[in-house]
Amino acid sequence: MKEYTNTGNKDTRSGFGAGLLEAGRQDSSIVAMAADLAGSVKMSAFAKEFPDRFFQCGIAEANMIGVAAGLAITGKTVFAGSFAEFVTGRVYDQIRQEVAYGNTNVKICASHAGITLGEDGATHQTMEDIALMRALPGMVVINPCDYNQTKAATIAAAKYVGPVYLRFGRPSVPNFTPEDRQFEIGKAIIMNEGSDVSIFATGHLVWEALQACSILEDKGVSAEVIDIATIKPLDTEAVLASVARTGAAVTAEEHNTAGGLGELICATLAAGHPAPVEIVSGGDRFGQSGTPSELMSAYGLDAAHIAEAALKAISRK
Amino acid sequence: MASIEELTRIASQVRRDIIRMVTAAKSGHPGGSMSSADLLTALYFGVMEHDPATWTRDGKGQDVFILSAGHLAPVYYSLLARSGYFPVHELATLRKFGSRLQGHPSVETGVPGIFQASGSLGQGLSAAAGFALGKKMDGDGHIVYVLLGDGECEEGQVWEGAMFCAHHRTDNLIAIVDWNGQQIDGRIDDIAGVGDLAAKWKAFGWDVLECDGHDFSSILPAYDTARSMLGQGRPVVILMRTDMGRGVDFMAGTNEWHGKATNTEQCEKALSQLEETLGDY
Repeated sequence: MKEYTNTGNKDTRSGFGAGLLEAGRQDSSIVAMAADLAGSVKMSAFAKEFPDRFFQCGIAEANMIGVAAGLAITGKTVFAGSFAEFVTGRVYDQIRQEVAYGNTNVKICASHAGITLGEDGATHQTMEDIALMRALPGMVVINPCDYNQTKAATIAAAKYVGPVYLRFGRPSVPNFTPEDRQFEIGKAIIMNEGSDVSIFATGHLVWEALQACSILEDKGVSAEVIDIATIKPLDTEAVLASVARTGAAVTAEEHNTAGGLGELICATLAAGHPAPVEIVSGGDRFGQSGTPSELMSAYGLDAAHIAEAALKAISRK
Repeated sequence: MASIEELTRIASQVRRDIIRMVTAAKSGHPGGSMSSADLLTALYFGVMEHDPATWTRDGKGQDVFILSAGHLAPVYYSLLARSGYFPVHELATLRKFGSRLQGHPSVETGVPGIFQASGSLGQGLSAAAGFALGKKMDGDGHIVYVLLGDGECEEGQVWEGAMFCAHHRTDNLIAIVDWNGQQIDGRIDDIAGVGDLAAKWKAFGWDVLECDGHDFSSILPAYDTARSMLGQGRPVVILMRTDMGRGVDFMAGTNEWHGKATNTEQCEKALSQLEETLGDY
């Protein structure tokens, strides 16, 4: 299988911060907004370099989304960020009316997504955000897998005109995608070619999928690993072409089953190329306190579970 | 700028439009549209610097109006049409399938004059604040106006927005509250009283004005005073005392017509009380 080297663990939120700063240097219409978590969301460097283009909203996320929309209508490209739960579930209606239906050039920047937020526990861990954002007509949903890809995705989101949901996380995780690779919205990335099963992974689970691929290789199974960095619009063509070759699929996401990547791949395959699918997800439950690795293991979101699911999918062919 | 006599004539026609539109649609919100008809007629025909011919959604080089209380769509559409943003005959399509004139304002359908979608309450002040900041960043000295209902002030986001405006010194923004004391379920004082609105806005760091929202000789000076107070670091709100359903005797002063359309017979009765001044669409 193709070798990937971890060049050193980094948090994806810092990739966002670096991307925002670089995009801000390239384009003076870029504005950033925070709801009292600018440091956690890694907006501080942007805020320091561009104080006139940064607006602190305080602990008032609903207002932040509305102000972001107003600024966007005047011609700004607005990045509004907080923890994923607080910029999705808490403000779903504001995003729906002001950003999606209002078709404003606002990027919803969601840090600390999923259970890898860790010790804060379930009130702060969203496993439902992809479902909420996917449900909005016209909303682009991006869930990058490492620091480099998050940085590139942020720069791509800045160039794209329209509503974007950009999801990233808190913990330091392997950084393994090429530093210089441009992010193409709507394009799935084939990480490893294989013939027995297709593993569609998103976010932090892409690295785990690659480890699963190695486990499977040791068992004589050839797995294709595809990074679904853009969940909406889905690269349907790439998904169907892969399963046409392999005949079975596994999905892997740090998100619950309802409305997530797994259900999306199932719907896509049911319509275009029916095949057995195994979903690796958080299931239908809330998170809890713990370290990120403890939680990922407890919720079955790791390489071992993905490999197991792959064998099961293959057995169902 | 229109005289008080002209504004009175325009407002009468706007009220006719409202009644005829909701009657044809068999649904809609005439009550609040009638209560805000005078204060919005004054804004569009006597106060705002705006030009339908050069209008763009980014609002560059013009004053901007955001309707936060989106259910006031009938009065909004009438004023936009009467101002020349789109043909008045289009008012006949309100709430109809395929119409640009959705039940609540949409930008998706591309109605000239509308800057932002609204309908889910409590959000317009935030959008207006963003607009005001954008204008400041661009060095555009024009004013952003936003209309809220008094019942709408029950929404928490209104007060998030109020705090934000004061903190970020959006002194190029004027908020107007259509202070009719009614909401769909009854009198505001009986439902979830908003209390002393003037004291609340003051406490949130705003300059507060009050006027009679049906008397142009009170409305126009209030707008003038509000504009003269801008540029000094504080946003301004004008609480305009109004009656829901104003202009038609059987609709006035009650919440009954908040979200209910007049039928054909009621429409005729209402129109007999409202002079046709500019020609019905």
